[in-house]
This record gives sequence, structure tokens and C-alpha cells, in this order.
Amino acid sequence: MNKPSLSTGQTLIRLAAIAVVPLIVIALFLWAGGWLTPDKLTSDKLITVLQKSGGEHPGYRRNHAKGVCINGSFAANGKASVLSRAGLFAPGETPVIGRFAIAGGNPNAPDYAVPVRSMALAFYQKDGQQWRTGMNAMPMFPVKSVEGFYDLQIATLPDAKTGKPDPAKIQAFVQKHPEIKPFFGWAQQYVPSSSWASDRFNSLNAFNFVDQAGTRHVVRWSMVPHSEYQPINAADKNDSNFLQSDLQQRLAKGALQWDLIITVADAQDSSSDASIAWPADRQTINAGTLTINQTTPQQQGACNDINYDPLILPEGITASDDPILNARSSAYAKSYNARTREQAGAH
Amino acid sequence: MKHTETFHPALRAIHWLMAAAIMTMLFIGVAMVATVSSLHSLLVAIHKPLGLMILLLVVVRLWLRFTTAKPALPETLSNGQKALAHLSHWALYAMMLAQPLIGWAMLSAAGYPISLGGSLVLPPITPISNDLYAWLRPLHTWVALALFITVMLHLAAALFHALILRDGVFRSMTGRRKRSEAP
Repeated sequence: MNKPSLSTGQTLIRLAAIAVVPLIVIALFLWAGGWLTPDKLTSDKLITVLQKSGGEHPGYRRNHAKGVCINGSFAANGKASVLSRAGLFAPGETPVIGRFAIAGGNPNAPDYAVPVRSMALAFYQKDGQQWRTGMNAMPMFPVKSVEGFYDLQIATLPDAKTGKPDPAKIQAFVQKHPEIKPFFGWAQQYVPSSSWASDRFNSLNAFNFVDQAGTRHVVRWSMVPHSEYQPINAADKNDSNFLQSDLQQRLAKGALQWDLIITVADAQDSSSDASIAWPADRQTINAGTLTINQTTPQQQGACNDINYDPLILPEGITASDDPILNARSSAYAKSYNARTREQAGAH
Repeated sequence: MKHTETFHPALRAIHWLMAAAIMTMLFIGVAMVATVSSLHSLLVAIHKPLGLMILLLVVVRLWLRFTTAKPALPETLSNGQKALAHLSHWALYAMMLAQPLIGWAMLSAAGYPISLGGSLVLPPITPISNDLYAWLRPLHTWVALALFITVMLHLAAALFHALILRDGVFRSMTGRRKRSEAP
């Protein structure tokens, strides 16, 4: 090969280029992974702050740590098919594996101590697609942004001296995130029910339903209980597991049911702000009935191995522009990875 | 085997297509697990079908690699350098093949639907298992990082051949003719 030899200067420049090209790519890679921007909010940071507020409980979810598994099915009546082409809305039954829980990261918290409860469901369509949804028994999300959620966790961390959140920090938080006022207003007057069975669970975040023609409809949904509301009573306050005992007693007598109510947004309703409840006069569609007939402790139940990621959606449902959804998805995955690793390491 | 100075054109095309796909994939992977922005779901949605595409491409590539004539490494390289070149290539092939399969198995073990967009869903290739997921999920990360490091070394070695050694190794993949042969 007749190649001209390189001068020392040329060689040095070329060697530098050989080093610089991969180094630039490596730097970009570190930047993409968030390692070069430690101030940016990441899923790791969200999980870390949740662990701080709920304590470290290896093997458990980082939020909604205490719960039970439930089994049942969803019987669709076909009415929601005008809004969404998802298979599970066509008339027929879809099996469901779900989970009832109380909010917070402490799996040993007394049920009475936590007013907010959740219902998570995974619907299994015959074609292999799934719909997973995590719903909460409150009418609106406390904040409208991921930063707001993170700031709220920081602001409500117990003070080292008093063991209670610092009122000054909460005051500063409200100044920065005034959208939390309706939530605080609701929380002040809220009397929790005596049962998961009589709680109404709401999607809070908006989603898009996509119909046969491909048209999108902005919706939220709720599971509305058939069981009658009864306020929490004195005996409940002395039983740290009253929700689980109540559920077992009720299921021993028969199945429990909820209607899946879809609420359709009006043009002026925001799809990206879960801190605002939509007015009560919005169009609703009863999509069908959820029937729960079995409960199992979460460690032995199928729901333990399920990450109720709200962005696992079947064809016919898509995410809205609500920024909380992506953060939930990302943080749930982190939490899931951590707890499955801890569970596998524990035995 | 017939003597050649460049790889088969189809193999060269797949090499560069996969180079772009794998780099995109690695960047998407690290970004999507960290970000809480609205990019998250978009990146997750791209990651799965792109992973399947890489799996299919690597199968075609290995088949081409075994059935077409390939240029010999230059005699100017020592036996040690040749061994290192072969080893790094087989490591790259192994990781390119294993990584999509690990991802697929890991999603199967978690019970996730392996959706490629629309109503397309891949069947699971493992039973649902917490223990299996707990083992496969970190493996997916470690193989990704190992693949990234190996690709960076491969890139540096390719540039070294192109700019310093100028021994035809880089040209065997770009397909450019030697300047002396140009009309």
C-alpha cells in the first residue's frame, strides 16, 4: 500500500480526533441519562423523597405500600364503545387483577391514619393487550405538576426536632403551588368511609379515548360503588387493619360491585391539570360493572408482581397531556425494579 | 472463499443501519428510565419496536456474515491484535442478539404486554416471575452499558484504522475504493 507517511503533528491531531469523537458521544450519553444534570428532577429523586417520607421498607411499593390483592371481572355493557375502540368496552367480560391500598410508603401504617385510599386494576383483554389504572378516593390531585408533587413531599417531611411537618414550609409551599388550596379544602371536611367497598375511586388524571373513527375524546373515569357509604366509626379507629377485615367479611357474604363511570370533558376543561375537578354537570357514560369476588394478602397475591403503571393502555386509550402521567409511569417503574430486587434477594 | 477487500453491500448497509439503531436505542434507554418529562412515554413507545427491529436485523446480519465473502484482516496486524479484533466482534454480535431477547424476556417476566404500537402485541417468552424479573432487569442495564463501552472501543479502533494505520480495515466497511484505484 502506497500511503504517504504522517508528520508528527498530523499524527497527534489524528490521535486527538480518535479520542475526542468517542468522548463526545460518552458525554452526550451521560447527559441523556441525567448524570450531568444533578439538579434536574428524575424518577430516582421522586423515589428517594417518597422513601424519606414513608421510611425505608424493602420489598414494598414506595407509595401505597399497604394493601391487599383482589380478583374479579369487568362486565362491559357496550355503551363506552362510542368513545373508545378498546376491546374491553365492547359488550362482554374481561378478567381483572387488582389491589386496594392506602396512600403512603409505610406498609405498617394503621388504616385509620391514612384518609386517602386507592384501587388499582389490570384488565386483561383476550388479544394480549392490557389496561392498567391506579385510582384514588379523592376528587382531585393535590398539585398540577411533577415539581409540585416533589415539592409537596419535601414540604411535608417531618421536622427533625418536632417529628411533625414544619408549618412554615407548608405555608411556603402553598405560596408556590396555590393550586393545592381546593385539595386542602376537601381534605379538611372529608370523613373517610368505613370500607374500601363504599369508596369511590377516581382516575384524577385525564386520558384520551379514541373511537372507531380515530377521534379523540378527553375523559376521566371513576369506579362508583354499589355499597352504601358509612363513615369511619370508633371501633375502626382502634383496629389498625379494619379495612382488610371489613373486606374479608363483606366478600364472605358476596361479591362487591362498582360501576365504571366515564366523564367526558367540555371544551373548557383542562386535560393537563389534575388539581381541578371538572364540574358535576359533565356528560357521563356508565361503561359497565366491576365485580370483585376474592381477596388475598398482597404478599401471596398476583397483584404483588404487578406494576400498576397508568400508561399501560390498550389500543383505544391514550395518555393525555397531563405531565403527572409520565412521572407516575417513570417513578412506578423505578419502585417496581427496586422492590422486585429486594423481594428476590429476601428469599 | 473468494478474495474481497470490502464487505458485501447488504452487510455494509445493515452495519450502518444497526449502528444508528443501536446508538439511538442506548440513548433512549438511559433517557427514558431517568426522565419524568413528557418524553418518557414517547421513548418507551419507540424502545420496544426498535428493539425488535434490531433483533431481526442482527439475525439477517449473522446469516449474511456466514454466507458472504469477508475481507481478511491485514497482515500488518499482529496475531494478538487480530485475536482482539475477532473477540470484540463476537462480543458485539452476542450482545446485539442477547439484549433485545433479555428485554423481551424481562417484560414477559413482569407480565407487561409487549406492545409494539396499535394492537400489535408480542407473546410472552417467559412465565410471569418476580425472581426472574429481578434478575433480568439489572442484566438489561449491565448489558446495555457493556454494549455502549464496546461500541465506543469499536468506534475508536475504527478511527485508528482509518486515520493512523490506513490499512483498508475502515474502508472494508465504508466500501470506498482506494484512492490509487480511482480513475
